[in-house]
Amino acid sequence: MSDQQGMNTVTLSIDGSEVTVATGTTILRAAESIGIKVPHYCYHPGLSSPAMCRLCLVEVEGWPKPAPACKTTVADGQVVYTNSELAQTQRTGVLEFYLLNHPLDCPICDQSGECQLQDYVFQEGREHGRGREPKRVLGRDDFGGDVLFNGDRCVMCTRCVRFMREVAEDERLCVVERGSRAVIDTFFEDGLEGSPFAGNIVDICPVGALVSKDFLHKARAWDLDRTPSVCPSCSQGCNITLQTRDDLVQRLKPRENLDVNGWWMCDFGRHNYEWINRADRTTEPLVNGEAHGWSEALGALLSRLREAKGTVKAVTWAHSPNEEMGLLKGLLAEVGGGDVVYRSPKTEGEIALPGFPLLARREDLAPNVNGAELLGFERVGDENALGGLDEITGHAGVLIVVGDPLEDYGEDFGAEAELFVYLGSYSSKAASRADFVLPLTTFAEQEGSYTNVQGRVQRFWPGVRAPGMARPGWLVLGALLAELTETEAPASADQAFARVAEGVSEFGGITYRDLGTRGASAKKAAGVAGD
Amino acid sequence: MAYPYTHEKEVRILSKHFGEPEARTVEGWKARGGYRTLAKAFEMGRDAIIDEVKASGLRGRGGAGFPAGVKWSFMPKEKTRPHYLLCNADESEPGTFKDRELLRWTPHQVIEGMIISAYAIQADEAYVYCRGEFFETTQVLARAVEEAYEAGYLGTNILGSGVDVDITVHCGGGAYICGEETALMNSLEGKRGTPRVKPPFPAQAGYMMMPSTVNNVETLSSVPFIIQEGADAYRANGTPESPGTKLFCVSGHVRRPGNYELPLGFPLMELIEDVCGGMREGRKLKGVIPGGSSVPILNAEECADCQMSFEGVIESGSQLGCAAVIVMDDSTDIVKAVRRMVGFYAHESCGQCTPCREGSAWTEKILRRIEDGRGTEEDLDTLMEVTSQMEGTTICVLSDSVAAPVQSSIQKYREEYLARIRTGERVGAAS
Repeated sequence: MSDQQGMNTVTLSIDGSEVTVATGTTILRAAESIGIKVPHYCYHPGLSSPAMCRLCLVEVEGWPKPAPACKTTVADGQVVYTNSELAQTQRTGVLEFYLLNHPLDCPICDQSGECQLQDYVFQEGREHGRGREPKRVLGRDDFGGDVLFNGDRCVMCTRCVRFMREVAEDERLCVVERGSRAVIDTFFEDGLEGSPFAGNIVDICPVGALVSKDFLHKARAWDLDRTPSVCPSCSQGCNITLQTRDDLVQRLKPRENLDVNGWWMCDFGRHNYEWINRADRTTEPLVNGEAHGWSEALGALLSRLREAKGTVKAVTWAHSPNEEMGLLKGLLAEVGGGDVVYRSPKTEGEIALPGFPLLARREDLAPNVNGAELLGFERVGDENALGGLDEITGHAGVLIVVGDPLEDYGEDFGAEAELFVYLGSYSSKAASRADFVLPLTTFAEQEGSYTNVQGRVQRFWPGVRAPGMARPGWLVLGALLAELTETEAPASADQAFARVAEGVSEFGGITYRDLGTRGASAKKAAGVAGD
Repeated sequence: MAYPYTHEKEVRILSKHFGEPEARTVEGWKARGGYRTLAKAFEMGRDAIIDEVKASGLRGRGGAGFPAGVKWSFMPKEKTRPHYLLCNADESEPGTFKDRELLRWTPHQVIEGMIISAYAIQADEAYVYCRGEFFETTQVLARAVEEAYEAGYLGTNILGSGVDVDITVHCGGGAYICGEETALMNSLEGKRGTPRVKPPFPAQAGYMMMPSTVNNVETLSSVPFIIQEGADAYRANGTPESPGTKLFCVSGHVRRPGNYELPLGFPLMELIEDVCGGMREGRKLKGVIPGGSSVPILNAEECADCQMSFEGVIESGSQLGCAAVIVMDDSTDIVKAVRRMVGFYAHESCGQCTPCREGSAWTEKILRRIEDGRGTEEDLDTLMEVTSQMEGTTICVLSDSVAAPVQSSIQKYREEYLARIRTGERVGAAS
């Protein structure tokens, strides 16, 4: 059968609902497309399907045996029941098998609350297990890297083995022994040590067999708040979820986006989150070292800006979101123009994920290098984002620094400046010397967007409360700009982005609505707008 | 009486030269008429060979009994990629010891059969996957293959016919599951010996994902006779549905256990009473496992009129399997025997599929508890239910092999289980 586009499709019935899907689709995916979730362990969309957990067995009318939904492709006129008595008995039976040797140590298991064994057994497991035999005890094994293995909890789905083989292409895990003695193990003493993407196996483990040492016993899954975000550790911009508790980031997890990172992220990004929880933050606006409210501080700053005579120079960094950078550029234009320079750390060589070629740990170790480039900012400084500002240090005009904490400069930075404004999250010797120190939020505390290495603009959302009086950069710069131009200030990050996108053709008029939770390519959008 | 035991009712086609050490050499084999079928086969051509084997009705001897000629005809007609013939010599089913004898006494018969079969399915390369424990057997076979190369029966341009066949002897690691054809292919490729999900079937994507056919040693050994003497001569023995002769591996409580080649359809009781010399002194028949430990047990009544053909044994309530006949007299402790068999499968389960991995080990533990006198009557219901969830729910049929002895023994010998549960007493061995 073909539809209008000429794509081959088949129509089948799943639990009484008709569904039309492309030829070659599996029953599991077809069911998913109409909201029917078939329980499964070994199947993962990013890996091959060995059809070995036998949890996804469904009844197909006319077939002598139940079929694994993850591996069986649909056929025209097929009648599938995922919830018939046969299918349910089957699942209940398999779940009982899983619990035979499972320690049921949910109270001390990190996976508890996000465990698929827990979920499925609650859903349709037997009320009482019939196993009376002693359970197999395997204990724990340090797999190296950030991964701790609890053999007793393992359901032998082999997702971890297949991830290392098929996606990381760094075969470090295997199944040893046979039958009920089978267990996942590492080949060598080093285990997963040094394998840059091994942390992903903790995410795809459906139970608590593979847990993160970093996260071990830190928080219960149900106590965590989850916020969609973008990894700020390199210019790849992996889609992530900030998992926070009590306004502290507890861990980062990859968020599915097939155009950027698939289901994966690198260990470097995954574990580079503690700086977000830094306590030494700028929390109140300082005018000449004295704390003031925002309106006073901004009022004073506006009159200083209006009076200023000298040329303006600005410094920022590649951690600033598009909105902040764009409005900074706009502000500069209003106060007489001037160049913006930015600094960003860089490393040598990308670390690619062979099984998902779109994803690599990029050379630029900051999220918005492309945003700065699109806005025409000039990159200065070395590969550690140090130096490069010597010319600016002694600048006699107006000096505006946004974001970059200037940690490598001393008290002489901006000493000659007619007006030195510092907007940032962290103070430093140089920054604290500024006439105005205005506290900004980090990416984790505000809404905003980054432009990644592919030119894709991706949004992030606030997951942590801002400390003290810290405000998003777009709000502060937007207010200043509005006063100077006598227009309305952006009331949201959405409006701030719209204003920036107006002035930068590369953003091609895209809006937050176009970006959604998974972003959109700035260049592609520009092309569409141009047509 | 030569070769450990023989009997006048035997029809010795495959086993004719068992017990003759000279038959192992290429010269000795030639002297016994060996290798003369090759020229005929190459002359007949591929299609005619397949048609002849189809006409003979030769059914696979590995256990499933699938018609060999039909299996070959699944191979692509147009050869666009390498084709492979794999000889399954991973004979591991408890109770069977026929392939070992075929390889050990008549390795050239196997090689001859493989050359013809490989030619028929356009395979230039063939492998023999030997069971890991077959140490002597593998050595004998490897020597025979070497000799066959020297004599020009293997290699390129065999006997000037333009046919190329290479045979590699591969020794497995001693895993029962590697006798499952897709696990065998995985193992041969150097991977873990775990069965693959079918489809794709081996004829589409088998060894190295190329079209492949896996045949049992006994099946391949039957091919030279069929080609030489014709399908009708082959059909002269056996039943219409199960033509030909079959090696019956009889073990257990009979006076003369051993390999006996008999026409299919031979009565089971005649096999036991006459060919094997009957039960041990003063013992009565309790039950028979007719086709290797993975088929249901037949009790004495069911054995009475059981015909040993594929269809005959099904009629009696079991399966012919690979015709490994395990005879048990009234001294047999059924609970222990079943526990031991299940223990084998629990040990040999590859561990992929949950029902098999967990279920087989659990079943063994429950049986062990019953055997030790710590069972309950509910355990029998649990066993029936657990094993029913192991049937047809896994990638391969190893899991079903656990269910068969457990379910059939509980149905047929429930009293023994109950006695063990209630009094802790062993029935059978007591007397």
